[in-house]
Amino acid sequence: MEPASGLRLDHNHKLSLREFPYIVRWRDDRCKRCGRCTAVCPVKAIEATVKIQRYVVSEGPAPAPKAERKVIQVVEQVTDMERYCVGCGSCTLVCPNEAIEPEFNPQNKLLHYKNKGGEGYKRGGRRNDPAVSTLDRLKFTRISMLTDPALDAGRHEFRVRTLLGRILPPEELPLKMVNGQLVVDKESGKFIPPVREIYPIMIGSMSIGALSPPAWEGFAMGVAYLNEVEGMPVVMCSGEGGMPPRLLRSKYLKYFIIQIASGYFGWDEIIHALPHMVEDPAAIEIKYGQGAKPGDGGLLMAQKVLKLIASIRGVPQFVDLASPPTHQTKYSIEEAVAKMIQSMSMAWGFRVPVYPKISGTRTARAVLNNLARNPFAAALSIDGEDGGTGAAYNVSMDKMGHPIASNIRECYLDLVRQGKQNELPIIAAGGVGKKGNLAANAAALIMLGASAVSIGKYIMQTATDCFGDEMNRCNLCNTGKCPRGITTQDPKLYRRLDADRVAERVVEVFKAADVELRKIFAPMGRSTELPIGMSDGLSTNDKAMAERLGINYAC
Amino acid sequence: MCRLAAITSNKYFSPMETVFALETMKEGHDGSGLGLTLKDLGGEFQGLKKYPVMSGICSRKGVRTLDDYMKKHGFRLKHVWTPRIKPVKGIVPRDYYFARAYDYPVPYKNKPLAEKEDLLMKTRLALRCIGEPDESIFVFSFYPDVLTLKEVGDPLELGEFFGLDRDGLKAKVVFAQGRQNTNYAIYLYACHPFFIQGYCSMTNGENTAFVPIREFLMSRGFPGYTGYNSDSEVFTHILHYSSRHLGYPLHYYKDVITPLKSSELAARKDAGALGLIKQSLRPLCIDGPNMVIGFTPDGTCFMVQDSKKLRPGVVGGVKGKYALMSEECGVDKAVPERNKAKDIFPMKYDMVIISPGAEEVKVWNQLQG
Ligand code: SF4
Ligand code: SF4
Repeated sequence: MEPASGLRLDHNHKLSLREFPYIVRWRDDRCKRCGRCTAVCPVKAIEATVKIQRYVVSEGPAPAPKAERKVIQVVEQVTDMERYCVGCGSCTLVCPNEAIEPEFNPQNKLLHYKNKGGEGYKRGGRRNDPAVSTLDRLKFTRISMLTDPALDAGRHEFRVRTLLGRILPPEELPLKMVNGQLVVDKESGKFIPPVREIYPIMIGSMSIGALSPPAWEGFAMGVAYLNEVEGMPVVMCSGEGGMPPRLLRSKYLKYFIIQIASGYFGWDEIIHALPHMVEDPAAIEIKYGQGAKPGDGGLLMAQKVLKLIASIRGVPQFVDLASPPTHQTKYSIEEAVAKMIQSMSMAWGFRVPVYPKISGTRTARAVLNNLARNPFAAALSIDGEDGGTGAAYNVSMDKMGHPIASNIRECYLDLVRQGKQNELPIIAAGGVGKKGNLAANAAALIMLGASAVSIGKYIMQTATDCFGDEMNRCNLCNTGKCPRGITTQDPKLYRRLDADRVAERVVEVFKAADVELRKIFAPMGRSTELPIGMSDGLSTNDKAMAERLGINYAC
Repeated sequence: MCRLAAITSNKYFSPMETVFALETMKEGHDGSGLGLTLKDLGGEFQGLKKYPVMSGICSRKGVRTLDDYMKKHGFRLKHVWTPRIKPVKGIVPRDYYFARAYDYPVPYKNKPLAEKEDLLMKTRLALRCIGEPDESIFVFSFYPDVLTLKEVGDPLELGEFFGLDRDGLKAKVVFAQGRQNTNYAIYLYACHPFFIQGYCSMTNGENTAFVPIREFLMSRGFPGYTGYNSDSEVFTHILHYSSRHLGYPLHYYKDVITPLKSSELAARKDAGALGLIKQSLRPLCIDGPNMVIGFTPDGTCFMVQDSKKLRPGVVGGVKGKYALMSEECGVDKAVPERNKAKDIFPMKYDMVIISPGAEEVKVWNQLQG
């Protein structure tokens, strides 16, 4: 084929498709030129164009070949790195004739070129590392056999619950004896911190704004259903960006953890709603860091700040909403974090657990030990390097952060050394369910010492059919052009997503995970309490990993 | 699965009675070991009630170390009992089995019991520490009016080996465990019953939640919470922790190891306290399969089940003599003259409590409190 116009006959000044992460396979013979693919492509990676085709014909009884040219329409992938094909596959989905499909190109040099204008590559998603994570290398190898009968996942009663909140050490409980029975000594004046009994898998912080209205609503409805109908006390964190005013004033608020982060977005509305709240929230999460982008604040790109978001967050429309990397009031952990925890506790009359969330880091133990000494700190959430985000620099996602498994383990063992392993719950996040093994990953983290796990990217992928994966597929979440309508505020896009369907999926996912958790706990003989720290049940086939985590090596 | 036999009585009886009861459950243990704990001692110890008795096994070298240590720390030897060993095929006798009554070091004579108890425990642990590496000293208990014997072998043969049938050794409470060796190499410190500061228990089954429980106990900062050669040792320590350390009445032991569901808990009069205990002692919740038989310093005996009742257990007897056994045949042997219809098979919410001197038996129900 030849170009229909232009003087240059070669393309030697351009990038070749080999540089691109996905190469679009388009089939001339199947394409009926309807144009749907080019219309749907979120990045305009393909375009309809015309070419001149040379062909040879021969007419008459004797061969008399001659070359002729005709103008044909084709769908062509552009070789502009700003419009690289993200492999989302939307074109394939809309094509009536199976004529087009992206194909991953492992040779690609995306990162060499995706820095035009001196701007580093930004995207959504999580760390692009498709390798098997530590969590997926952990297996449950202590199976109850004959000497201790395995429980029956279907028959025995299972209490898959955990505690969120600061738990007093037994020695400090304000109890007194009356007629041979223990009663709570109300006169002691001892502060009993609020503790919630929740489901050990929580939905982590994804904000309204980062998520489209049907996505956030779908999650919220799913969570409410799980609580009210299924009796599963699943809680969900708001993310930074406030909550719908009506929800703040509703009885469902108790299923939500409200997040406060360094931008304080949405808190004007929350504070104003405080006197009208009929229920306390499940907890308050103070975000100090995020596993996907340690050291970075939140970021909502201008194109996603539409009217609804602007009003909930209390900001003008169409401005980039960047939360500072750190809380501006944060002077030192001793003072400011403690003060922040206290002010938040005070706002709800010390009835609501308040806990910080940090990104996984080698220094997590320092934070932990500080919190362990703060009687108001309700938990510590640690978000490992495999956590997801709506927008961040690729370098932060790919190269920054700490894997969650060893971070959780060393923190837990540190608490064990101090005898505080039951006082300050550790919440593990970041890469739980990365390969789809939600229950197994959650159980493994619990056995390493986590009291609960938090899921974000996983539930998004599963409940909203997000395209994103660790081969950098799609990951357009920051652009406002989410082809699934999940991370966009554009009604033309988010009408592709049905909130009811999302809610239904959330419920399905949790119910399935619940069954699987029992399938794991039952043969290990654990049912009445979570196997927190039951590390003798775990093993891996990597000696170094086993040693680092203090678990068995089995091969 | 190990077999357990306990008898509590208002009269002194020979520990052989308990061993015979254990023998009836023979198909359940493989003769890999016997543990015996006697409380409220009669015979030659009857007049020595206020003196702590150290029970253990030493090598020839170990005896000298032991003597030196005790002398150095001001303990005065009052009385020595050693079993009249009768060689039995298959049992390799060790150098020196003993139960020795000591007088407290002078500075401790008038100290409160709690301080004395701490001294005794520390002494026992120190000796264990010294003697464990070369197995020259094993000390199983060091406490007034309590005697412990442990050895590898068949329980009945061990009874003969120790000459218990010929000896005048007697007690009012005798616990015996016939060991079924499963997970661990046969090691004397792994043999039930376990004892700490007046609290004793033995358990059948395995403890699936052993690791977090052990971590919790070991992190309490109490030197006695150590050892754990058997996953069942934690049951004794939980009993000690909830009763002695936290000061909870005995029946809360059941609430600690098998906490009620939130919905069940609400019906209890002490729901408020229970809710807090359940949270604060969450790591001590067991999942079985276990049946626990224990006694407390005042001589109260009890039996509890895990929350699913995955192991057998039965209590039966007459006023003045009760047997707590892992199987009915054991009770038949121990108290044949009882009314069998009144035997108690504790269910998952029950705690059978027998008052000191086998006076009365009560079934405490966890749901009702
Ligand atoms: S796969 Fe997605 S980005 Fe690539 S051409 Fe198709 S629609 Fe466009
Ligand atoms: S489908 Fe939407 S949410 Fe998923 S990776 Fe693409 S842009 Fe992000």
